[in-house]
Amino acid sequence: MRRLPILRLLAPLLLGPLLAGAAKPQLVPDVSQRQIQIQYSFAGAELLLFGAILYPGGRVPTEPADIAVVVRGPVEPIVVREKKKVAGIWMNVESQRFRSAPAFYAVASSRPLTELVDERTAAIYELGLQNLQLSPGAGVDTEQQRRFEAGLIDLRRRSSLYFEAPRGVEITQRVLYRAHIMIPARVPVGTYTAETFLIRNGRVIAGAPREIRIEKLGFERFVAMAADRWSLSYGFAAVALSLFLGWGASAVFRRG
Amino acid sequence: MDIYLPIAGLSVNALIVVALGGIVGLLTGMVGIGGGFLTSPILIFYGIPPPVAVASAATQITGTSVSGMLAYRRRKGVDYRMGAVLIVGGVVGSLTGGLLFRLLQRSGQIDTVIALLYVILLLGMGLLMAREAAVALAIFKPRTSARPVRRHNPLIAALPMRWRFYQSGLYISPLAPLLLGFVGGLLTSLLGVGGGFIVVPAMIYLLGMSSQVVVGTSLMQIVVVTAVTTVVHATTTKSVDIVLAVLLLLGSVIGAQVGVILSQRVKPELLRMFLAIIVLTIAFRMAIGLGWRPSEIYSVEVL
Repeated sequence: MRRLPILRLLAPLLLGPLLAGAAKPQLVPDVSQRQIQIQYSFAGAELLLFGAILYPGGRVPTEPADIAVVVRGPVEPIVVREKKKVAGIWMNVESQRFRSAPAFYAVASSRPLTELVDERTAAIYELGLQNLQLSPGAGVDTEQQRRFEAGLIDLRRRSSLYFEAPRGVEITQRVLYRAHIMIPARVPVGTYTAETFLIRNGRVIAGAPREIRIEKLGFERFVAMAADRWSLSYGFAAVALSLFLGWGASAVFRRG
Repeated sequence: MDIYLPIAGLSVNALIVVALGGIVGLLTGMVGIGGGFLTSPILIFYGIPPPVAVASAATQITGTSVSGMLAYRRRKGVDYRMGAVLIVGGVVGSLTGGLLFRLLQRSGQIDTVIALLYVILLLGMGLLMAREAAVALAIFKPRTSARPVRRHNPLIAALPMRWRFYQSGLYISPLAPLLLGFVGGLLTSLLGVGGGFIVVPAMIYLLGMSSQVVVGTSLMQIVVVTAVTTVVHATTTKSVDIVLAVLLLLGSVIGAQVGVILSQRVKPELLRMFLAIIVLTIAFRMAIGLGWRPSEIYSVEVL
């Protein structure tokens, strides 16, 4: 099944020589899924990002291009809190707001990013965890900002919400590439984007971003929607269910 | 067997949650103490967000308490008048607790407050239970005071506007049980506990209620107040996870019935001692946890 889309991608590759007008290599990216459904036993999903690099004239140069892929979750405003010891107790003391932290961020590349692009280019394309534009709230010194950023990245990295795979992109025959990205079970729903970057001599050519929708389905969707839209009825339903189960168990055991 | 919790937003092992409910139900049935104080800390430890853990634990307690209350009602062990006063106090307490929860959540102190309250309550309850059980098992002999124990607390007797509570055998001001209900309701929405472990001793030692109606009346209050708390959480924090509550209930309603049967075979004092040890262990663990450098210095809240 997986081979089919790859075959479909090979077609433009064969047509490539005819179309080759531009001197720059081109990118034909795709993703394995446009939609990820969260259902009763959702334990995460594996996303496959794949595609082909089209070189002008169909000739593959001896020094091939590199690929980096980025999957990004919806951006949320967050507060990061830092614990300190106060009177013998560890409690939240300082906090820092970030207006745009991605709920999920994964970057995979064919070689470590530092070997591919300079710092400025990496910052422009937000390549790498160090280059996320989190938009911190105003009025704080940069030293504190950096500390909270590092704390946030470390925390989300360990829960697999943020990650970097420096050699996570596999390029075959210098033309076809593929990368696996794991989406953990704990991600929020929303629209995710998958972007592919072709990098050659430190210069970046971006492919068109693809959207991936992650959503709840069926019963899970119904419950989440009921809790949100008909919250009063939902509350009464929870109470009724609870009373019924309690009463039912006592009735069953009294007879038995 | 993983099941996705639609409100908590993560998958849990269904069997572990049912087993947790079962243990809590077993304790409820055996010792007569609602195990709510165990449910929410363990759920939080398991990775469920604190608001969801607290709200869904409240939903579960409604179910576990209703069967107990029905049993007491058959034995005429419920003082409805006293129960109504406690409920009024409890509902106000629950609403206040809901507001307090939001405020503390916004200032980022909710985790610390929950942990501190738990340490204080569990330590107090554990020590009291251990002492009581030790006395009953004749391990320890209390000093008998020369003064005769007064049934009515002078402070409570001094309150104005006395009412007659026939089944409790009391002629006191409703302000005292109203305040007691308030404290119970506050604890329900802040900690996801029924509050019986505070309300029951207070009814016996402070109000001087007749012992046949104490547990039934407390259960009546718990059923109504946890039900109100569920609705309050459902409409304000939107964190009642019906799937989580049902899993917990499946274990706890059966556990409670099994517990009642088991309790007739084991010496109750031994059970109390055992429970006291569990409670004290949890309290010490949480107390140490407050002082130890936590594994996570940073925490993230989505606005």
